[in-house]
Amino acid sequence: MKIYDARYVLIGLAIFVGLFTIPFWYNMGRAVPPPDPKLDTPVIQQMAVKQCVLPLAEIRTGHMQLLNDWRTWVVRDGLRTYVAADGKTYNMSLQNTCMDCHSNKTQFCDQCHIYAGLEAGTVPYCWTCHIAPKENQ
Amino acid sequence: MASVPKANELIAGTDHKPPKTGWMDTPVEFRPGTWCYSGKSKNLEVVGLPNPREWSPIDDDWKLPENWKEIIFEGLRERIHKYRSFQLFMDICVRCGACADKCHFFIGSGDPKNMPVLRAELLRSVYRKDFTLAGKILGKMAGARELTEDVVKEWFFYFFQCTECRRCSVFCPYGIDTAEITIIGRELLNLLGLNIDWITAPVANCYMTGNHLGIQPHAFKDMIEFFVEEIEEVTGVKIEPTFNRKGAEILFITPSGDVFADPGTYTLMGYLMLFHEIGLDYTWSTYASEGGNFGLFTSHEMMKRLNSKMYAEAKRLGVKWILGGECGHMWRVINQYMDTMNGPADFLEEPVSPITGTKFENAKSTKMVHLVEFTADLIKHGKLKLDKSRNDHLKVTFHDSCNPARAMGFFEEPRYVLNNVCNHFYDMPPNTIREQTFCCGSGSGLNTDEYMEMRMRGGLPRANAVKHVHEQHGVNMLSCICAIDRAVLPPLMNYWVPGVDVTGVHELVGNALVMEGEHERTTDLRGEPLEGMEDSDNEDL
Amino acid sequence: MGIKFSLLAVLALVLVAFLGVEAIGMNYLFGVLVPYLAFFLFLTGFIYRILKWARAPVPFRIPTTSGQQKSFSWVKQNKLDNPSTKLATVGRMALEVLLFRSLFKNTKMEFRQGPKISYQWEKWLWLAGLAFHYSFFIIVVRHLRFFMEPVPGFVHLTESLDGFLQLGLPGLYITDLLFLAAVTYLFIRRVVIPQMRYISLPADYFPLFLLFGLGVTGVLMRYFTKVDIVKVKELAMGLATLHPTVPEGIGVLFFIHLFLVSTLMAYFPFSKLMHLGGVFLSPTRNLPNDSRIRRHINPWNYPVKVHTYEEYEDDFREKMIEAGLPVEKE
Repeated sequence: MKIYDARYVLIGLAIFVGLFTIPFWYNMGRAVPPPDPKLDTPVIQQMAVKQCVLPLAEIRTGHMQLLNDWRTWVVRDGLRTYVAADGKTYNMSLQNTCMDCHSNKTQFCDQCHIYAGLEAGTVPYCWTCHIAPKENQ
Repeated sequence: MASVPKANELIAGTDHKPPKTGWMDTPVEFRPGTWCYSGKSKNLEVVGLPNPREWSPIDDDWKLPENWKEIIFEGLRERIHKYRSFQLFMDICVRCGACADKCHFFIGSGDPKNMPVLRAELLRSVYRKDFTLAGKILGKMAGARELTEDVVKEWFFYFFQCTECRRCSVFCPYGIDTAEITIIGRELLNLLGLNIDWITAPVANCYMTGNHLGIQPHAFKDMIEFFVEEIEEVTGVKIEPTFNRKGAEILFITPSGDVFADPGTYTLMGYLMLFHEIGLDYTWSTYASEGGNFGLFTSHEMMKRLNSKMYAEAKRLGVKWILGGECGHMWRVINQYMDTMNGPADFLEEPVSPITGTKFENAKSTKMVHLVEFTADLIKHGKLKLDKSRNDHLKVTFHDSCNPARAMGFFEEPRYVLNNVCNHFYDMPPNTIREQTFCCGSGSGLNTDEYMEMRMRGGLPRANAVKHVHEQHGVNMLSCICAIDRAVLPPLMNYWVPGVDVTGVHELVGNALVMEGEHERTTDLRGEPLEGMEDSDNEDL
Repeated sequence: MGIKFSLLAVLALVLVAFLGVEAIGMNYLFGVLVPYLAFFLFLTGFIYRILKWARAPVPFRIPTTSGQQKSFSWVKQNKLDNPSTKLATVGRMALEVLLFRSLFKNTKMEFRQGPKISYQWEKWLWLAGLAFHYSFFIIVVRHLRFFMEPVPGFVHLTESLDGFLQLGLPGLYITDLLFLAAVTYLFIRRVVIPQMRYISLPADYFPLFLLFGLGVTGVLMRYFTKVDIVKVKELAMGLATLHPTVPEGIGVLFFIHLFLVSTLMAYFPFSKLMHLGGVFLSPTRNLPNDSRIRRHINPWNYPVKVHTYEEYEDDFREKMIEAGLPVEKE
């Protein structure tokens, strides 16, 4: 089997394969454990029922939407109180409510955000306005 | 042309809406005026083409060889492996439709199978059925279909309804060239003995006598000498061309149409006058007396067989290089095939103009120079005395012939020459010239009379553009650098744009050329009075 | 017919993934085995097709010349449309591949009785084509965030550029809109323009529906129904590190999305989509127009039967001598 213009064709194919298999090379020999957000802050440990404002599945995929809504309700509509599905009420505040439990931004928020490729300095943009909690490293 | 409807009637029924039935289910109809007579068996026999017999496209039985399917499949397989272009063009079309309204035959006929994409699909559908996995499994759903005699008839109809002009390939995002597909399509048809008389007769003639018209050596010489007399009448200058002369510096080859038919003959007179005036050491050949190559319209092999005479004769005569006249597909063959097929031309020298000393760098391997390049160089170096006003009775436009345009890129040279030999030059609209030029509608061997309706349809876009400059600027002369053009544009102009005549560029050069020892000219090469000379007494008129 | 067939085919694919995951719970099949198989088919099929083309030689140098050839020093050559050097040819190809230059030249013919023919401005196909291909490309690059850890800078950059509007939450990617709009346009023009509809095959509709399905499921997951992207990445990273795992609790929509991608990859090498590789090999574009300058070699060039001068002279010697034409043998 003779390949004509073999030099160009093979270089082209090498580039093609190289590009499309980048993930395999890039991750090779690297152990990439999934993120492990820590829930062991003092506040959470003291909770009797470890329950967030939404059920786990919903808060995981929908927290950004919730925070966005909270911001709108507080800043634009002047509302402060959030009534959860189970009837419990919360003060709608990132710093005072969310971060009260999850005081460990680097161990909690950043774990998944970085893993999911979000932390490019701008996304999520919580911390462009809010002051990130000081943590004891 | 009696059978062709009048210009306004021809188009009245033409719209570009496709029929209700899908294209695979719409059979072809061989109406008079839309197909060419079949190749005669005696001509097929001369060059050894397969299956010589008497038949006609309107017969039910085309007398195909018994194993015709096998022949097609084998032929297809062979060509897929020989031509990357062909295989690729069978595989990668996405049917984006950019080519659809670029074809002059589609524009003029409205027949959807004249859309380049569909013309190619006629062949692709068969290719898919037998050469691709998807086609084998999914059949019609994958755009595949069975090879039947009707399919072959359809191929014949539409591959001889494509002039291989390559306009579609300019617009194709993948450069798919329908000419390649048509060339291969015609090769396959030829394997079954399906070809047209207007191609096989010139091929056989060219093979045996050296030119399409079958002009024998003594007659060839006679004809050229006839024009020598004509020139003497117009200019008073006696020219002495030589034939088959060994030791000449340059071999000159032009299409035999120039020797034979008006208005090409005037162009030939222009050649003779120019060469005489600059004292070129050149010779004609009666053996290589054809620039054109209808082999290109038959098969790659036939193209090579006919083209071989150019180098063979140059070698025999011991010339330094070859000069080629004004011809379209001849230059496609020279620029894209000749050196590869019949080279290397190591017995020739790199062409240098003996008059200006200019090296033709762009022809240093093929060693063949286009006459218009050659003349442009002469003019640039001030070697010609030109009286532009002798063309003042003409308002000139220029038809870029398909092959020099899209298989060579020959745009500025002819325009440079034209602008130096006439005062009134007007280009047609940009979408219809240069690489976007429209075919004359009769190229690739379709310039036969029984095909007149399709020729008028296919030539419509070209004529329409000429009409534009005719109305805007009063253009009355359509110049070109192609012998087929010179033969077919006059009836086309007559049909669509009466009042516009056709000329070769070197006829205009001949008109303007001030020759040593000439008497005062009162007429152009055609015997038409020059501007301001209309009233002068001239016995010759 | 082609439309219906293609649409049904894509819907069937959706259904297969839905039932496979939701009813039978074959998450591992749809999350790991099928994607691996599809990717393998994509790579090997692609290579196979390219090599198949490359096994056929380019016997003749047949570039379509779309500009002035190399001529005298005083004639300006159009190097990009009629290159005579390798470098200029690379330039021509780059314009072709990156900017769809030939398609940019597109016009639309208008035919009026008279007859009068004119050629109108028509850049929509070019624009939609360009929008579609670049959107798709950017979307693929963006998806690398699921397959690479840590996520490299160029992926972040692509994302932030793509999402620069900062509209909504999660932020809107412009390419998501463009992609769907372009695919929709390409579909509509195929259906609405009679000639387009006439030439269209199921093989033309199917990829459009497939891509549309891909886009819609992706958009649904990101903007509407939501998906746990940490788990999605876990799955993707499993694939990329060859330690496949299928975490619990990823919605079925994701599996549909993944199955459509898998179909696309597996279908790719056997379809017209191979124009991705083919465009680089097209002899009318990737060769310089230099065959009068340098001899192009045809590897299968073979001797042919010709009518030699000697035979010709034998046929006509008498007549030639009589006409005073020189002959080799008196």
